[in-house]
Amino acid sequence: MANSKRMLKGAEIVWECLVREGVETVFGYPGGAILPVYDALANYSDRIHHVLVRHEQGAAHMADGYSRASGKVGVAMATSGPGAVNLITGMATAMMDSSPMVCITGQVPTNVLGSDAFQETDITGATLPVTKHSYLVMEVDSLANVIREAFYIARTGRPGPVLIDIPKDVQNDVTEFEYPTDPIDLPGYHPPEQATDEEVAAVLELINGADRPLVLSGHGVLMSGARDALIAIIEKADIPVTTTLLGNDSLPHSHPLNLGMMGMHGNASANHAIQEADLIIACGMRFDDRVTGKLKTYSPNSRKIHIDIDASELNKNVRVDVAINADLATVLAQIKPGVKQRKRAEWLKTIQAWQDDATQRDVLQLESETLLGSQVIRSICDNIPDNALIVTDVGQHQMLEAQYYSHEQPHTLITSGGLGTMGFGFPAAIGASFHRADREIWAIVGDGGFQMTLHELATAVQEQANVKIAIINNGYLGMVRQWQQMFYNAHYAETPISSPDYMKLAEAYGVPGYRVDRREDIEPTLKGARRHKGPVMIEFVVEQHEMVYPMVPAGADLHKMIRRPHPEETNV
Amino acid sequence: MKQVLVALVEDKPGVLNRIASLFRRRNFNIESIVAGHSETPGTSRITIATDEEEHLRRNIIRHNLLKLINVIDVVDVTDRPCVIREQALIKVRADGSIRGEVGDLVKIYRARIVDVSTASLIVEVTGEPDKIDSLIEVLTPFGVVEIMRTGKVAMIRGAINSSDQEEVIRWKNGNGRNHKQAKK
Repeated sequence: MANSKRMLKGAEIVWECLVREGVETVFGYPGGAILPVYDALANYSDRIHHVLVRHEQGAAHMADGYSRASGKVGVAMATSGPGAVNLITGMATAMMDSSPMVCITGQVPTNVLGSDAFQETDITGATLPVTKHSYLVMEVDSLANVIREAFYIARTGRPGPVLIDIPKDVQNDVTEFEYPTDPIDLPGYHPPEQATDEEVAAVLELINGADRPLVLSGHGVLMSGARDALIAIIEKADIPVTTTLLGNDSLPHSHPLNLGMMGMHGNASANHAIQEADLIIACGMRFDDRVTGKLKTYSPNSRKIHIDIDASELNKNVRVDVAINADLATVLAQIKPGVKQRKRAEWLKTIQAWQDDATQRDVLQLESETLLGSQVIRSICDNIPDNALIVTDVGQHQMLEAQYYSHEQPHTLITSGGLGTMGFGFPAAIGASFHRADREIWAIVGDGGFQMTLHELATAVQEQANVKIAIINNGYLGMVRQWQQMFYNAHYAETPISSPDYMKLAEAYGVPGYRVDRREDIEPTLKGARRHKGPVMIEFVVEQHEMVYPMVPAGADLHKMIRRPHPEETNV
Repeated sequence: MKQVLVALVEDKPGVLNRIASLFRRRNFNIESIVAGHSETPGTSRITIATDEEEHLRRNIIRHNLLKLINVIDVVDVTDRPCVIREQALIKVRADGSIRGEVGDLVKIYRARIVDVSTASLIVEVTGEPDKIDSLIEVLTPFGVVEIMRTGKVAMIRGAINSSDQEEVIRWKNGNGRNHKQAKK
């Protein structure tokens, strides 16, 4: 495209800049203050596909899901006031999970800004805590540069959502447009790059000297593209790995050194390993309270290395011996040559004993009449290809997915980790489907979370989004019910929840629907559903009182997990 | 000792709001915050005093400030040799009979009387916060009507620009990171 100077309206500049950022899909909802931008869309609809959502929250989650599936910056668009405010849940979700996203909102004209005009909300003010950065564009001349900066900020460093608020008159103003080509100049923004020689030496001394080292692998391993380097290092030095929820697909589940997920609903072996390790190597994770349990007793006998791109995460929750603020892939490449080849058989044998105990307790070993969520998820895993993308909602099914779905390939799981946003899963799956239409995408959701955003079924149908919806219906807000059972004397306050007749709902939206309530029907139904292109809904009516084990009660010592009883101790 | 931070920020709308919002949401306390133009056009320099005493927490505050896109640099000057000053205006109830007495006290503190009315006067004082506390204490018996304090401003001693301090030290140690990483 020639970069000659042209007279363009602000609204056209928005699309020009999105095209140049490589944006192919925008999720949005029109309204008064963003009308000029929508009016200009017609001239760009051959290059950018606009997805009309049914609620702006859906747009934000879809942009987030698209971003996590593609590695590109997702774009959500909304009008001022209520439209903008409805994006906030999605921005907060993306912020907590470091997902790159640009949200573009219309704003009331500059001459009435601050006057409580119709549909006016101070959205840059309201979103300060949930955005990486935000812009209120007061003149059209700065618009192109703002959009360019916003994309750059969203995708670099620790990625996150960036908001661009554009008053209506700025969208209508005309200016000479020339796409800026000079380097982006942000004097206060310089993502870190590599570790110093001293830091590398300190890390190597600790790793090579450790007898019971353990890698904590987080979302940063995936985002930084450090997976291969990490695998090379752990294989060379025989170091076991445990993952966070968002790092669940950062290492093949079948890898012999992978202990699986750590934390509140993590594997017992992983949590015991953390507590017994003499060296913790934390890679691209942030010691969230859901993975540490009680900080005072967290991994008490270990030295600790923490590598993260965000300096403010270092020494925030867990005090470490070596804190490195740099790009993880770069650091791992720096330390790899110095890591000594070594076998750590004794340490791995100790861990194996914990794993064997867990296997015996596994619910899948039990004979049971009713359908269990864990079985459904294991069956989905067994019946769909390794490169299928799983998008979950939040709650018991999410933890069961983390425990029972074996992710062999990277970037095969999208889930709301940090914010735990119910209602995220289904729209995020729709968003993800726009990255690659040929890829199998499964939205695994609970009956509670699905009902928060099921109106996006209309969007899925309109776009024929290739999303298979698996509703794990237990008639409860299951995770809250589990807490009530364990910590509130089984006082189930407002956790039993009804559902519509999902088969009729599917029919109303024109989606094939299946209901499964027997084990033997799982596989045939999955096979049938997979034959349909486009959205399909399967309701799995599961055991109402299934619990997610193990569980570290909030604020308890990490190794003091509530375990599922050992089969020898019980007659279940 | 309480923490004192000197920040160099872009002079753009909303920057102070971003900083204040950050302190609120991270549950850090601001004791005082003073902003004004710096020596470089387009930038402001801000002195922030916090009540945080613990070293690692202080570091977290600094790194959170650095995360703000419009914040160019932040130096923790708490343990560095630096000049810290505050200015205060103190309105004292004083008619003709005691004006002289107040005037004598003010001289001892190298303060100035900048406004006089029949029943009151305004004292302007600049100095370390302790000195201002002390002056207020001795003026209190006369009847202090109103106090306006600016909060601390700070500057590192010596020929170094506060905002370049870290980079200079790193460079001296031969621990060469490029300029782009100065924020670390």
